[in-house]
Amino acid sequence: MVFGSVFFQRESAMPQLSISKSMTSGESGLAALFAVTAFLCVIAAAKALDAPFAFHASLGALASIAAVFFIINNYYDRPAALPAQEINGRPNYNMGPIKFSSFMAMFWGIAGFLVGLIIASQLAWPVLNFDLPWIQFGRLRPLHTSAVIFAFGGNVLLATSFYVVQKSCHVRLAGYLAPWFVVVGYNFFILIAGTGYLLGVTQSKEYAEPEWYADLWLTIVWVTYLLVFLVTIIKRKEPHIFVANWFYLAFIVTIAVLHLGNNPALPVSFLGSKSYIAWGGIQDAMFQWWYGHNAVGFFLTAGFLAIMYYFIPKRAERPIYSYRLSIIHFWALIFLYIWAGPHHLHYTALPDWTQTLGMTFSIMLWMPSWGGMINGLMTLSGAWDKLRTDPVLRMLVVSVAFYGMSTFEGPMMSIKVVNSLSHYTDWTIGHVHSGALGWVGFVSFGALYCLVPWAWNRKGLYSLKLVNWHFWIATLGIVLYISAMWVSGILQGLMWRAYTSLGFLEYSFIETVEAMHPFYVIRAAGGALFLIGALIMAYNLWMTVRVGEQEVQMPVALQPAE
Amino acid sequence: MKAILTLDNLASSLVTTIWTPVFVAIFLAIITYAFWPRNKAAFDEAARLPLREE
Repeated sequence: MVFGSVFFQRESAMPQLSISKSMTSGESGLAALFAVTAFLCVIAAAKALDAPFAFHASLGALASIAAVFFIINNYYDRPAALPAQEINGRPNYNMGPIKFSSFMAMFWGIAGFLVGLIIASQLAWPVLNFDLPWIQFGRLRPLHTSAVIFAFGGNVLLATSFYVVQKSCHVRLAGYLAPWFVVVGYNFFILIAGTGYLLGVTQSKEYAEPEWYADLWLTIVWVTYLLVFLVTIIKRKEPHIFVANWFYLAFIVTIAVLHLGNNPALPVSFLGSKSYIAWGGIQDAMFQWWYGHNAVGFFLTAGFLAIMYYFIPKRAERPIYSYRLSIIHFWALIFLYIWAGPHHLHYTALPDWTQTLGMTFSIMLWMPSWGGMINGLMTLSGAWDKLRTDPVLRMLVVSVAFYGMSTFEGPMMSIKVVNSLSHYTDWTIGHVHSGALGWVGFVSFGALYCLVPWAWNRKGLYSLKLVNWHFWIATLGIVLYISAMWVSGILQGLMWRAYTSLGFLEYSFIETVEAMHPFYVIRAAGGALFLIGALIMAYNLWMTVRVGEQEVQMPVALQPAE
Repeated sequence: MKAILTLDNLASSLVTTIWTPVFVAIFLAIITYAFWPRNKAAFDEAARLPLREE
């Protein structure tokens, strides 16, 4: 199977011939558990109260049966001994799950950017809704956000975290089946969430739309992720825990806490998709934005800062500018971010003091954000010339510049008077996308451009020229996107608050919508450019894996002393 | 409305207020640790960690 061979390589085991082969407790236990799950899913599918639930239960049954088959098949194919922890005194790094997640990241990235382009076009030309419920804006919008944040971003974080934790701890990833359970299980969650949106299954909490059963599954996968990561750190050979691992750990732990805090729900029936959230009224709103803003802070920031702290030094071949600053950066970010959520609820029923608290902490976030940005950029000191020749490094560095820009803009927008103009307008959309496309997108692209040759053991990328094309096309797309949304958002905000001399609103709502049209067209054009860039990237990475030259492993004897 | 001082109120406000100085103290301790002169060599070494790999 060509596809399978991309990820799976026969791993060399300890040359001990005497070991008799038997299933590990993990293999037999997991196979049994999946067999039970398959059985329960079949019953749930048969007795389901609504069609989407029946569909999801069927998917669950199929996936469980496939998992049992995979585990048993892998058992018969593998050598008696599990993969060695070390070969010739060097850690035997586990690259399989990293390859899988990198591939899925690229797949979901393109899917997510494409859906983004479709909904951007729907806003410019509403006829593109085609009056079909499955592809109308309200269903495609969460599909877009989840696909880019959780599917694309999440897989990038899975791949890079599993890579960085092994390389910076000098030890093989913990677990045999567990890392595979994490990466495949996470992508199955994405599948359930995404198909659910199209079928109208949602609990209507922004960025937490998946219903109760998907949430439960994600909890299991996420706890396993935490365990794999933690145990790898615990058995490390390097005494110091590298700063990137702190950021990854903060990301994993906090996402677990946020997910559990925001999602407690009572299903109407255990055989149906609908549930009700335990929180009510303003408590629900506050929980939602505590969750929502910290998804930004700990998923889209802490996780990707971990990428910055490992991949930029590595690519630039320079040490981190100030390791002290990275420690203060980390703890300042952790102490401050968690309080910033209320700025999403300015001028609502939320108590005034809570709004002011959220605003104050958001403004204080300027300091760690800019401290981190300076640390990332200054890591290039002594290597600035590489920006001219290495488009991958340029992508990484520009992402940090976008990080600085959007973390300047965010605190500014959290100030109540600014928020009274910006909130509910396209300015917010512009702000989010300067962070999402510029920071998260570019740092992910840069990391994947590094990671794919490393994980597949290739000398380098198929073509740096194509990376250059990707960089400039995507940058142009971002500039078009965010400038269109700034103009559109401020125009919108000003039109909404314009009064005539007699005290009437000057513009009807539809007039403000009409005024947005040209900017929506420009935005869609920007999104199209960003998507084209990603397609170029996918081709480049595919060719890197398929035709790239194998890196020749240096003999151990030639390794420099440490 | 003025809060009435009861043992319960006092206890709960103490419990909620105590976190501010505790967090500030922890954060100051972290800054001290980061800038402690004797740690400098170890941190400079750690800054190179991604560069020295096998």
